Amino acid sequence: MTTVANSVEQKKGFGATLWDWLTTVDHKKIGILYLIGGGFFFVLGGIEALMIRLQLLIPNNDFVSAGFFNELITMHGTTMIFLAAMPLLFGFMNFIMPLQIGARDVAFPFINSLGFWMFFLGGLFLNLSWFLDAAPDAGWTSYASLSIASPGHGIDFYAIGLQIAGAGTLMGGINFLITIINMRAPGMTYMRMPLFTWTTFIASALILFAFPPLTIGLFFLTFDRMFGANFFDHTMGGNTIIWEHIFWIFGHPEVYILILPAFGIFSEIFSTFSRKRLFGYSAMVFATVLIGFLGFMVWAHHMFTVGLGPTANAIFAVATMAIAVPTGVKIFNWLLTIWGGSIKITTPMLYALGFIPSFVMGGVTGVQQGAAPLDYQLHDSYFIVAHFHYVIVGGVVLGILAATHYWWPKMFGTMLSEKLGKVTFWFFFIGFHMTFFLQHFLGLMGMPRRVWTFMDGQGWNLFNAISTVGAILMGIATIVLIINIIITTAKNERIGNDPWEDGRTLEWAIPSPPPFYNFAQTPLVRGLDTYWIEKQEGHNGYTAAEPVTDIHMPNGSIIPFFMTLGLFIAGFGAMYRIEHSWGLAVLIFGLAFTFLMMAIRSVKDDLGFYVTKEQIRRMERGRN
Amino acid sequence: MAHDIEIIEKTPAEFAYKKRRSDRMMRSQLMMFALMIFLTLISFAAVQAGFSAYFVVPVILLLATIQVGLQLYYFMHMSEKGHGLVAFFMYGGMLLAFLTVLAFVTIIWW
Ligand code: HEM
Ligand SMILES: [Cu+2]
Repeated sequence: MTTVANSVEQKKGFGATLWDWLTTVDHKKIGILYLIGGGFFFVLGGIEALMIRLQLLIPNNDFVSAGFFNELITMHGTTMIFLAAMPLLFGFMNFIMPLQIGARDVAFPFINSLGFWMFFLGGLFLNLSWFLDAAPDAGWTSYASLSIASPGHGIDFYAIGLQIAGAGTLMGGINFLITIINMRAPGMTYMRMPLFTWTTFIASALILFAFPPLTIGLFFLTFDRMFGANFFDHTMGGNTIIWEHIFWIFGHPEVYILILPAFGIFSEIFSTFSRKRLFGYSAMVFATVLIGFLGFMVWAHHMFTVGLGPTANAIFAVATMAIAVPTGVKIFNWLLTIWGGSIKITTPMLYALGFIPSFVMGGVTGVQQGAAPLDYQLHDSYFIVAHFHYVIVGGVVLGILAATHYWWPKMFGTMLSEKLGKVTFWFFFIGFHMTFFLQHFLGLMGMPRRVWTFMDGQGWNLFNAISTVGAILMGIATIVLIINIIITTAKNERIGNDPWEDGRTLEWAIPSPPPFYNFAQTPLVRGLDTYWIEKQEGHNGYTAAEPVTDIHMPNGSIIPFFMTLGLFIAGFGAMYRIEHSWGLAVLIFGLAFTFLMMAIRSVKDDLGFYVTKEQIRRMERGRN
Repeated sequence: MAHDIEIIEKTPAEFAYKKRRSDRMMRSQLMMFALMIFLTLISFAAVQAGFSAYFVVPVILLLATIQVGLQLYYFMHMSEKGHGLVAFFMYGGMLLAFLTVLAFVTIIWW
């Protein structure tokens, strides 16, 4: 019974609270942990970006040294992709997706917690490179010839840190897949799933197929650098191009892993605030699946200039352009969702409206780069930097910011200030276009990507200066958002189930924040936009599929944290094995500790606990 | 703590049906098992008989493919209902793996 009492809200000391978060297996708390972890790395990556832009503010600048600049760009890219954008999306997926399908948790709560800790400690491992040695400096793509030649331990931190974090992501993805396949509430057929759930599903499938190549590539790199292998060393019979292939076989699906959930977020927001059913729902689903498939067949468009030959280049160019078709389908469906709707311009809707032109611009430059002959001109220039920031910032980051405002009330029970939210939006939106729009032209004028500084008199000065000012505006936007969060939390004005009043999906039918068991009774789903249907029929809440029964819930566990800790320690051992005699011992100890934890998990029966009917009734009464 | 555990008794008809069904499944499993052993024997025999490697290798690969199919469909129950999604993921994965290997063979190693 103690466990039940613990999970019900009550005042706790600091130690107990910390223990609670370290051991939690609740998908909602893990979602919040992902948001905190991802938010931390987002700020870190943002500071790195500002330092890059300050260095490029004026010609011949020496604000940072050339070597440090390389570390900055590498860590900025790696942090933003692996440790900020993806975990922030995972946070929303974790929190919201089970609520949308009427589930009480994800399929494997224990593995969910393991996935989070592996991401977080992997990210920490990577960032400890700043203090312990030098940070990795071969770009986020870490092309093999360069990364194998890089002295010091920087690249070792990259290989091992990403290995740990990547394994966590893979676990998370598989967990989401199984949750969606097996844990949908009665009546929630595939074609009634909200678009955010659908995109979570497809993005997870992409993770399932794309992360194993990354794992293999990183192992090859680790063995080459730390254990004397020669996978990428051509003087020893290896082949350096293989890294590029493996990396992009992972890398291109990765960009869709990021953008698809953002598409899902915007789909929810468009239909909510146009107060209309999503236009072309089934076409949207099909387009998502198709994008997922095609996403695996275009990786070599990152390698046109490698010299794959005209046939290969032509095939990959055509495949690349084909992706624009399902993407276009989506854009038109969003426009037609807004068309004729009763539109409410809230902060999330503002982000969604800003997203369409921004993302389309990124898509258009993408198709341009997909034309192989043109890409010979554009490759490795600032044009590329402009392209991927238009899709990643104009798509993914706007999506994350929109979701933050949209689902904040559901997650924390308070409403972020709309006024400050709009201030954030305008600073961010204007700053974003200021920073990246002119970079297209810098690229066309010949400014190469990843340069430490540039000479005066090439006509690049003004555009670079404007770009830096734009970056500062985005920094201000982030600060306003943080202030908004602090003020809202301090005020603590509680809101009801459906604070936007136009919620359509199941998460809006339950309290904000939801009780730890989510649904007192499993809901019955009677169509797309479940909660909207209920509201149309004058119901308040959802139709239950079962009487109130005892609810089975999992127990918390510290083992996931310890398992990851073992790997974290083993990583240092692998890295320092060569120059320090204690390295091997640490490597073995870390791995042994992880295996011990796995053994404990296997032999110790943990059957969870029950929340009884009486307790549920009492708690449900308490909130009305 | 009393939990609601529902106990549903099978009717005699249901029971007989289930029994007949599992008998049938058992028979098909045994037959498949025998078939697989037979296929394996052929492979060994082909090698022992000393035919040309250009004959033996394709034959063994073909037999292996058949065995994988039998394994999946009869032993791992993919022939039964409710395995559509599993099949979709497996064939999707195989297709992607095939394309990747094809690309590697043609543009890196050729
Ligand atoms: C219509 C869709 C898209 C097309 C046709 C497209 C096409 C391309 C092409 C051809 C390149 C390689 C350019 C070069 O290096 O020479 C590229 C780079 C890139 N794209 Fe896209 N893209 C699309 C969407 C996206 C999306 C949705 C994202 C992310 C959310 C994204 C992120 C990136 C990144 C990060 C790079 C740079 C990688 C690097 O070299 O570091 N792209 N894109
Ligand atoms: Cu790509």
